Amino acid sequence: MSGINANIGISIVVSAILYGTPLLFAGLGELFAERSGILNLGVEGMMLMGAVCAFWTSQKMDGPSWLVLIVAVLVGALAGAVMSLIHAFLSITLRANQIVSGLTLTIFAGIIGLSSYLGVVGNLGAQAGRHQFSDINVFGLKDAPVVGPILFHESPLVYLSWLFVILSLLYLYRTRPGLHLRAVGESPQAADAMGVNVIRYRYLHTLLGGALAGVGGAMFTLQIATNWINGLTAGAGWIAIALVIFAFWRPDLLLVGAYLFGAFLGLGYDLQARGITSIPTEFWSALPFLMTIVALVAASTGSVRRRLGAPAALGLPYAREEG
Amino acid sequence: MIPFTIRFEPRERLSRWINIWVPVAAIVLALVIAGAVLAVSGHNPFTTYQQIIQAAFTQPGAFTQTLVSTTPLLFTGLAAAVAFRMRIWNIGAEGQLYLGSIAAAGVGLYLQSLPAPIVVLAMMVSGAIAGSLWAAIPGTLRAYFNTNEILTSLFLNYVADYLMYYLIFDSTSFWRDLTSPAARVFPQGKTLAASGNWPALTIFTIAVPLGLIVAVGVSGLLWGMIRGTRYGFEMRVMGDAPRAASHAGMNIRRKIISIMFVSGAVAGLGGASQVGDFRHVLDPRGLEQAQFGYTGIVVAALARYNPISAILAALGIGVLTNAGLALQGPNFPIGLTGTMEGILLFCVLGSEIFARYHVRVHRTRKPLAAHRAGQVRPAAPAAAPVEMALTGGGEQAS
Repeated sequence: MSGINANIGISIVVSAILYGTPLLFAGLGELFAERSGILNLGVEGMMLMGAVCAFWTSQKMDGPSWLVLIVAVLVGALAGAVMSLIHAFLSITLRANQIVSGLTLTIFAGIIGLSSYLGVVGNLGAQAGRHQFSDINVFGLKDAPVVGPILFHESPLVYLSWLFVILSLLYLYRTRPGLHLRAVGESPQAADAMGVNVIRYRYLHTLLGGALAGVGGAMFTLQIATNWINGLTAGAGWIAIALVIFAFWRPDLLLVGAYLFGAFLGLGYDLQARGITSIPTEFWSALPFLMTIVALVAASTGSVRRRLGAPAALGLPYAREEG
Repeated sequence: MIPFTIRFEPRERLSRWINIWVPVAAIVLALVIAGAVLAVSGHNPFTTYQQIIQAAFTQPGAFTQTLVSTTPLLFTGLAAAVAFRMRIWNIGAEGQLYLGSIAAAGVGLYLQSLPAPIVVLAMMVSGAIAGSLWAAIPGTLRAYFNTNEILTSLFLNYVADYLMYYLIFDSTSFWRDLTSPAARVFPQGKTLAASGNWPALTIFTIAVPLGLIVAVGVSGLLWGMIRGTRYGFEMRVMGDAPRAASHAGMNIRRKIISIMFVSGAVAGLGGASQVGDFRHVLDPRGLEQAQFGYTGIVVAALARYNPISAILAALGIGVLTNAGLALQGPNFPIGLTGTMEGILLFCVLGSEIFARYHVRVHRTRKPLAAHRAGQVRPAAPAAAPVEMALTGGGEQAS
């Protein structure tokens, strides 16, 4: 009987990784945008666009499953990037208010916007998914005790996200462009004086942010839900934005946070699936949001914030002094 | 790469005309872009626009329906406007409206045997209180812990949504109808007695809901508060020059919380109006699908956070929302409403810079003589020549 408890523990970790990975992708994207000084509140909308476009591709394209899935994820990334381009143009070139522009992006692309429209146009809501990611049995170690199901039997997207976290760390802290990026977010004037093209850095990282949010959205339709439901990300984009704050804008902490909140998201489903319904469903659904608020309060108390703060120029437009 | 660079140079003086034709140009541009989206997705834009106008104004009973859509948007638009004006980003009007609906429905059901005016008044008061208390949570967290109110107010929307679902779908609460045959097939709320149905004022053939009259009254009150009171003055200072406000010794904490209170109360009133004016029942699914709170942000931004302009903006977005409901189906799925709202607001947001700056196109790597006169592109700030102060973040950088 002791095996059952161990199984529950492992299944919680497995579902934490599954539900945490879209948060990790979208959070990494937002982290890059914010590191460049651009606050993009359109993550939820970009994820939904990534989700619907990736699903559309996987339904309409013919070919071997692995190829379809790769193309679908790329299309999802492209959809997210195109959405973020709108925000980038408005907030970087036209210096519009970033908060309002990002919110508008979420409305434009979101649950009563373009993603919903595309779902209707493509008649996607009524379709069962044709292609899904399945877990890879790496080195045949799937059945190894404890670590097998956690480390060696995951979706290709999970491995991709791990790769991205490592690359992000190297990029941010070990390369010159990474240093420049941090400078652009902290003090665009100084970065400009150093000869860094502030505008280009902001555009590129906002676009990268959109692409990663699109991948996060694609994971919903290609792995987690395996079909399209209007608004299926259900707030994941917003949790990703919050994660960036309490990860103190660091990719490694973001991974921890994403899995923690992935666990909260997954817990509700797991308990229901096991027939434990003494506590109402709505409580489990609301829990990740309540926990996010608690974590945000903890992360925003003075002492912590002073130590590891946000990029100083976050949310501020940059214009070189004219004349 | 690109053979020219675009630069924005501050205008030396702001002409009156620029504040009129820039917004007009933005709206025209939005219509063109939205038309292109329609055309690409296989609709004739002219037919669609014509259908929107018919569904909003010319068909019998159409304008009454437009006002039905306008009413909640004016409440949530005002809720967002009053907070955004002070740079308090209350994204929680959605949840505050839900709480207002829950409270008003509860009070309306509980007091149903009392005379109608008392019930109606009690519903309004309870809706406003519930909304303001819900908004006070992110307000207090912002004031005392400096916690980002955008995210906390937004997360509380989800919590409020699940609370509504719990009350109607997953519990035997006071709000839920447990007796009628229809409710056994599909869970639904108890319907209010006639005493809880808010009266409508009929002018010619147009029914003006009581909620809309209240909302217009609130617009006037908020405008007067911002313009004519010490509180409003301090609020404007804090919005436009936060540093000056703290140097002047204003109690910023108290102000943040009180603004959230006001904002939440207005959104909560909108929730009460949903129950009293239109639905007569706590309807989680309907409220969730309507997304009034988020659409209110569009209204507020279009009105540039001016409570009087918000009336016009709410009417405009009400026309679009109504089209989404009236033309529902393959010709105009609900997703087009948000898409068109988004395009409109993008154009208006993007255009604000053209009212404040000249556009100069410079050839790169050429001497200054190569200046070309700046063509000012179409696109522009929102309706009404109101406070320039809070527009883009442009001023912050310089």
